[in-house]
Amino acid sequence: MSASTEAIADSKPTSRPPWSLWASQIAAILRLEIRKNFIGKRAVLMYMMAAVPILLMAGLSAEISWQQSRNNNIGEVNVIFANLYEGLILRTIVFFGCAWIFMNLFRGEVVDRSLHYYFLSPVRREVLVVGKYLSGLIASVVLFTISTAGSLLLLYIGLGSSGGNYFFDGAGKSQAMSYLGITILACIGYGAVFMLIGLFFRNPIIPALLIYGWEWINFLLPPVLKKISVIHYLHSLAPVPVPEGPFAMIAEPTPAYLSIPGLLLMTAVVLVLASFQIRRMEIKYGGE
Amino acid sequence: MEHTADHTIVFEDVSKFYGEILGVNRVTLAIEPGITSLVGPNGSGKTTLMNLMTGLIRPTRGRVNVLGLRADHPEIFFRKVGYCSQFDSFPRALTGFQFINSYLRVHGRSKQEAQDFAWKALHRVDLLDAAHLKIGAYSKGMRQRVRLAQSIAHEPSVMILDEPLNGLDPMARAETIRLFRQLAGEGLHLIISSHILHEVDMMSDQVILLNNGYVVAEGEIHGVRDEMEEHPMQILIRCDRPGLLAARVFEQDSVVEAKIHKDRHGLFIKTRDADAFYLLLNRIVVDDGLTVESVAPVDDDISAVYQYLIGGGEAA
Repeated sequence: MSASTEAIADSKPTSRPPWSLWASQIAAILRLEIRKNFIGKRAVLMYMMAAVPILLMAGLSAEISWQQSRNNNIGEVNVIFANLYEGLILRTIVFFGCAWIFMNLFRGEVVDRSLHYYFLSPVRREVLVVGKYLSGLIASVVLFTISTAGSLLLLYIGLGSSGGNYFFDGAGKSQAMSYLGITILACIGYGAVFMLIGLFFRNPIIPALLIYGWEWINFLLPPVLKKISVIHYLHSLAPVPVPEGPFAMIAEPTPAYLSIPGLLLMTAVVLVLASFQIRRMEIKYGGE
Repeated sequence: MEHTADHTIVFEDVSKFYGEILGVNRVTLAIEPGITSLVGPNGSGKTTLMNLMTGLIRPTRGRVNVLGLRADHPEIFFRKVGYCSQFDSFPRALTGFQFINSYLRVHGRSKQEAQDFAWKALHRVDLLDAAHLKIGAYSKGMRQRVRLAQSIAHEPSVMILDEPLNGLDPMARAETIRLFRQLAGEGLHLIISSHILHEVDMMSDQVILLNNGYVVAEGEIHGVRDEMEEHPMQILIRCDRPGLLAARVFEQDSVVEAKIHKDRHGLFIKTRDADAFYLLLNRIVVDDGLTVESVAPVDDDISAVYQYLIGGGEAA
């Protein structure tokens, strides 16, 4: 090594303030990971999942368009969308989409036997957790907000000009923003949980299904247990209330000023746990 | 031997168990700069030792220090250490250049620095022509070279190379060994595992022989060989009167066997004290006017050491 390159090697990255170094390392991780998340083989399933609500809403929109000649009821369409959003988009598409994206951030690299390249780089493993999490977040938010917005738009198009007016000039706009916000929060919350699961479990499918079951029976749980879930906070934020059925245990919805910081706090705690776990992680591909 | 912690790689009573399976046991080593080869059969613990050095796995017991640094501080450790592992896998859809450049950016290098270092590394492994091809289209030898380039791109002080010559053609092997010698000459530590014993012989300053998770010998090859008293040294003396030489060598107790070469122009001897034998040979030459053409140890190399200590054929 020449004297000049040695000087570069020894001084440049370490002589920077840590925040600046971490930021540039996170940016480098993002560049690598976003490419993988959007164009890798694993992305195909993600695209298919995001397309499901759009295709379904396109069909429904045609049906509504036909009925609209007899009955122009925006309120009814609001309820239809609220039910479909919570039952299909939020609880199923976003849930499993996030499970797929975030569990594969580390588990997928262990399966591909390429995680060691990160572990052999001079990057703190906590920084790696943050970089990978943000890459998953970008992928999931882009896809599922497009899916949510596309679904909304398609459904209201069925109402013709009244749907357009409601959507662009009336209450529909804030309603749409709320749904998009809930989708983003869902990606934030579920993403952190699934990344942690991917770090802890060799086969993360079973824990993911257990969480899916827990989230689905949330309406049956007593108020204290309801709060130990992501869906409880997201449900509280819904712009159009969705009835939970006759067997639901009624609980006071958590106000937005508590539910949003609560969800973000939970995400931070989960990311800290993930950082502890990754510091203990060893590379033993042979056992996978 | 005196060691300065920040110039050596130190294993202090290190053991690694995978559940109930032994990886390595009670390894204590101090590795100096230069080329050190890890030699041993499959499952002897070579890769485990390398993974322990780089923190990919943690010791069940004991401590590993590389130039005074621990792998649990990767942000400092991996500025000094590069590891070319045996895992023949890569992040998908990247070209050779993108692969090296991307991870240099993860190191925190600026765009320009990363590009410069990436090109330099590709140049060192003679892969410039294929730099913009997808790694998926590379041959095994090219994949090996791009991994080597990635591990040396940040110009570390310690390079750990797990079977780095695998898959390379003879020309590339010779070039790579030349590169290793050059880097060792610059004062770097190179820890190399290899199963091609004559290449180990050719490039290593010292060897560590492993078997079943234990270090069975370590040090400079000839030093290791000298210490193996239970295996007398074999020497071939090419001379004009091997019969006379055979009669005289048994004056010395340390000579245990003498056998005339089948072409009758040489003598194989086995001795427990090679230095004493060479003195005796000088005396015979002077006293009897023996004409000696050449004197060469026959089993003073890594292959013989391996054969005696571990047995079987080539290392794996």
